[in-house]
Amino acid sequence: MIEIKGVTKAFGPKTVLRGVDLTIASGTSMVIIGGSGTGKSVLLKCILGLVRPDGGAILLDGQDVARAERDAFLARFGMLFQGGALFDSLTVWENVAFRLLRGFQKRPKAEAREIAIEKLRRVGLSPDVADLYPAELSGGMQKRVGLARAIAAAPEIIFFDEPTTGLDPIMAGVINDLIREIVVEMGATAMTITHDMTSVRAIADHVAMLHEGVIQWTGPVAEMDATPDPYVQQFIHGRAEGPISAVR
Amino acid sequence: MSPAGVLRGIGRPVLESLAAIGRVAIFAGTILGHLFRPPFYPREVMVQLLQIGWFSLPVVGLTALFTGGALALQIYSGGARFNAESVVPSIVAIGMVRELGPVLGGLMVAARVASSIAAELGTMKVTEQIDALVTLSTNPIKYLAVPRVLAATLAVPVLVAVGDSIGIMGGWLVGITRLDFNSAVYIKNTVDFLEVWDVGSGLVKGAVFGFIVALMGCYHGMNSGRGAQGVGRATKSAVVAASVLILAANYILTEVFFTS
Repeated sequence: MIEIKGVTKAFGPKTVLRGVDLTIASGTSMVIIGGSGTGKSVLLKCILGLVRPDGGAILLDGQDVARAERDAFLARFGMLFQGGALFDSLTVWENVAFRLLRGFQKRPKAEAREIAIEKLRRVGLSPDVADLYPAELSGGMQKRVGLARAIAAAPEIIFFDEPTTGLDPIMAGVINDLIREIVVEMGATAMTITHDMTSVRAIADHVAMLHEGVIQWTGPVAEMDATPDPYVQQFIHGRAEGPISAVR
Repeated sequence: MSPAGVLRGIGRPVLESLAAIGRVAIFAGTILGHLFRPPFYPREVMVQLLQIGWFSLPVVGLTALFTGGALALQIYSGGARFNAESVVPSIVAIGMVRELGPVLGGLMVAARVASSIAAELGTMKVTEQIDALVTLSTNPIKYLAVPRVLAATLAVPVLVAVGDSIGIMGGWLVGITRLDFNSAVYIKNTVDFLEVWDVGSGLVKGAVFGFIVALMGCYHGMNSGRGAQGVGRATKSAVVAASVLILAANYILTEVFFTS
């Protein structure tokens, strides 16, 4: 279980997170929605330790992540970055098997390659792409490779940062289905940040809306459409009028 | 402007400069601290040795060749004013191995390598590849910066040695074809005049310059701003900082090596 308690973060004079409280139960899929620049990615990076929060606490299974042993802590996570963040200088299979080729999860090269090819198959890519470089792939294929890399070491918790941004609706649907299938299949805890309401409905068990640095609303995805919260209603229906200013 | 305003105007850039020096020093210290602690990435070091050393050979070699030739012509025409044309082989040799080989080699490597490292790491930063490394339990300084700094520190002295040889050869070529030197006498004068420390000091300079080049490339790349402009600025800063630091370090090393 991930517990976020009163997390605050400012960059210079700009306060991004003003006291975020959120709990994500093990084995569930939480999707965080919110406008651009509301701090969704910052929150995710705070959990991973990529950004140090100014205040508050983040607990993973009751243990403060700031005091956790880094390698063991990060080994529990997989992450799909918005742009894929694949390493240009490595082939596709080396990207997927990155964690399996070094560090304490290191395996023999042949075994790591085999696992990478199996994960590529799992995300719908043929073994032919294994020896290509990321620059030789389309945007959708890069996202799939990123997804394969995120799941390669069978993590307990997977983060997805804008998984469908920049993809056509069909490819976005394919990625959404893959994420849902993989999360259910692995029994992983998932946290996704997105603007894409189709993704929300496809991926989420629970939804949280981040606005002005705090969680404005949170609840099961089934209750999202019926909630009277004006912020959620404006966001999910994409209305220009409402409590959320269109100019931020 | 009020006295306080003047003080503020002077104080702010001074404090910012000191803070920048401190950040670079901490970055360098972190790299040195990681050099002897596992995990090690020998494959990355080999790749960087190839990138920094082998692929810089043409540019360093050509620079040395033309510099050696031009140096021979200059010393000949300058020496002719007081009938000292015969010093061409010895001055070309000492000039190349002590100063021009390491400095020009270092500057050419700075232009080629510091820019490429800063652009590569800067792009990795803005495309979140460095964040991805962290999430994959890999320390970016250890995986990206340490192999580059180690490879540059090892490769640049070798480049300097090759550049010295090619530069001296350039002087010899001009000497025997344009200045009517006897080939055997030219070579004998060169060999007789050079001392081991002349060559050794140039190689030590090369190692220091290699360290500076990779350090600046890594520092500016890993601290790149956002977008294409941020990467462009990081690349420019890396080359400028590496070049200026090479020239400053060259003066300090020359003081240490040859004036005591």
